[in-house]
Amino acid sequence: MTYFDNNVQQLKYEVLSEVGKLAFENELTPEKLMGVANTVIPDGNPRMRCCIYKERAIVNERVKMALGGNAKNPNVVEVLEIACDECPVDGIQVTQACRGCIAHRCMNACPRQAITVVDRHAVIDKTKCVECGRCVEACSYSAIIKQRRPCVNACKADALTIDKETKKAKIKEEKCISCGACVYRCPFGAIMDKSFITKAIRMLVESRNNEVYKVYAIVAPAFASQYPNIPQITTEKVVTAIKKLGFHSVIEAALGADMVAYSEADELVEKGFLTSSCCPAFVRYIKKNYPDLVENISHNPSPMMQMAKVIKELDPYSKVVFFGPCIAKKAEAHQEDVSQYVDCVLTFEEMQALFNAKGIDLVSMEETPLDNASYFGRIFARSGGLTEAVAEALKEKDIPKEEFDCNPLVCNGLSECRTALLKAGKGKLAENFIEGMACDGGCIGGPACLNHSTKDRTFVDNYGKKAVERTIGDAISIFENESKQ
Amino acid sequence: MMNVYVCIGSSCHQKSSYSIMKELKSLIDENGLEDKVSLNSAFCLGHCAEGVTMKIDEDIITGVGLGNIEDVFRNRILKVIR
Ligand code: FES
Repeated sequence: MTYFDNNVQQLKYEVLSEVGKLAFENELTPEKLMGVANTVIPDGNPRMRCCIYKERAIVNERVKMALGGNAKNPNVVEVLEIACDECPVDGIQVTQACRGCIAHRCMNACPRQAITVVDRHAVIDKTKCVECGRCVEACSYSAIIKQRRPCVNACKADALTIDKETKKAKIKEEKCISCGACVYRCPFGAIMDKSFITKAIRMLVESRNNEVYKVYAIVAPAFASQYPNIPQITTEKVVTAIKKLGFHSVIEAALGADMVAYSEADELVEKGFLTSSCCPAFVRYIKKNYPDLVENISHNPSPMMQMAKVIKELDPYSKVVFFGPCIAKKAEAHQEDVSQYVDCVLTFEEMQALFNAKGIDLVSMEETPLDNASYFGRIFARSGGLTEAVAEALKEKDIPKEEFDCNPLVCNGLSECRTALLKAGKGKLAENFIEGMACDGGCIGGPACLNHSTKDRTFVDNYGKKAVERTIGDAISIFENESKQ
Repeated sequence: MMNVYVCIGSSCHQKSSYSIMKELKSLIDENGLEDKVSLNSAFCLGHCAEGVTMKIDEDIITGVGLGNIEDVFRNRILKVIR
């Protein structure tokens, strides 16, 4: 039984699990940490690389990241240089499939006359080629391919380059939005997100079973789609498992999402044009690339921050840990306005590693209910959900179309976001609300989901339908009551 | 000031703690106790399997439901204050 869809995730999980075990046992000593490499990569044949010594050296780098990584680098995403395989890919290439045909469509398609045919084989003059890709499309044998490094390909924020000298991947900090797409996509696992599991474990241990203070877990709604292929693991069992880790209770971020949708509807009516603010990578993308549009970003907190704020108001001495599919959330939690409410952000990958560190078997858990939010808060996890929730909030508030006609644009993935923002920047966007999600599919496509399955969306929708509360207003009524007091 | 907490954690929520909260609020209002009782919510009071849980100052009360909330109010809140 595997939880993941690739072996890089598995390796990351093994390292995080070992570091987690040491942290729970309060044994994070240099010697013990040095031993992690030998545990994960035992003597014998290498599993992944040329030799076990290289594998162990890489594990040591991963251990550093598991302990929080380079504190001087503010980015939560870092390249593990030793693991970067310097992918030898360069641009457009003619492969063996070239038959040396007589049509020469490739030559004719090339706007720069970069292709000649030598000995019945197409040859590209790299000094002329601009990598437009027309020849790739033109060839009837698909014999010409465009190769880019997977990390560069994955990065829709244009933040990845190749260092000219070392040939290693390099992150352009001024562009990086910490979305983590490269982390998930690098086939060698050479880019990793910093982990704060030891911080979370320390909070749990020092709470002495929630007696000194209580530790609350907030779970992102993508929680529902983490085990699509293991039907024996229900959401309710995972809730029990989180409590077994030592958390006082588990609360849905989706309730924060309900609150956000409700007040975002008002803000939209008031301002007339808005972008969503739930996805921290999308927000950073606007800030870094479209500064003129910053004032149009919703001033609402993210569901994570909103929920954490409610918890801290009810229980000011508590600690709050967020679990999600998202790497950019780790960066969000470092912002001052957020860090006062959210003490730590972990991913679902890390959650799984903590279960392993504690020897918790999910299948055998009892079930504990999880029910704080409405259907609408829950579907925030997938593309289009936020928009449906805002539309529902407008409906529940009885705002007539004459007063405000909501015309939303759902942007699924960063490329779609960019197109919309380009138009909005020029004042040419017809719509008046942009839902921006940096990951394809929304949060269910997040880089730190255990699994990326085509069933995810259905899982989230079904989870939404199970909510006790039918409307957003009902789900958040409990807090309105209180504030009126 | 008497501090009253109603659990709104998942288990209690599923057993109608939101309605209990509203009921309690109107009982407090009807009896003019707004400035004597502070009504709060709490995420899980640690007795999830025992019906809706409440906390009045330091006392935990379990098994609260829409059927007995009025009794709980009269005996544990109104009586104590009067
Ligand atoms: S959810 Fe109410 S006591 Fe636990």
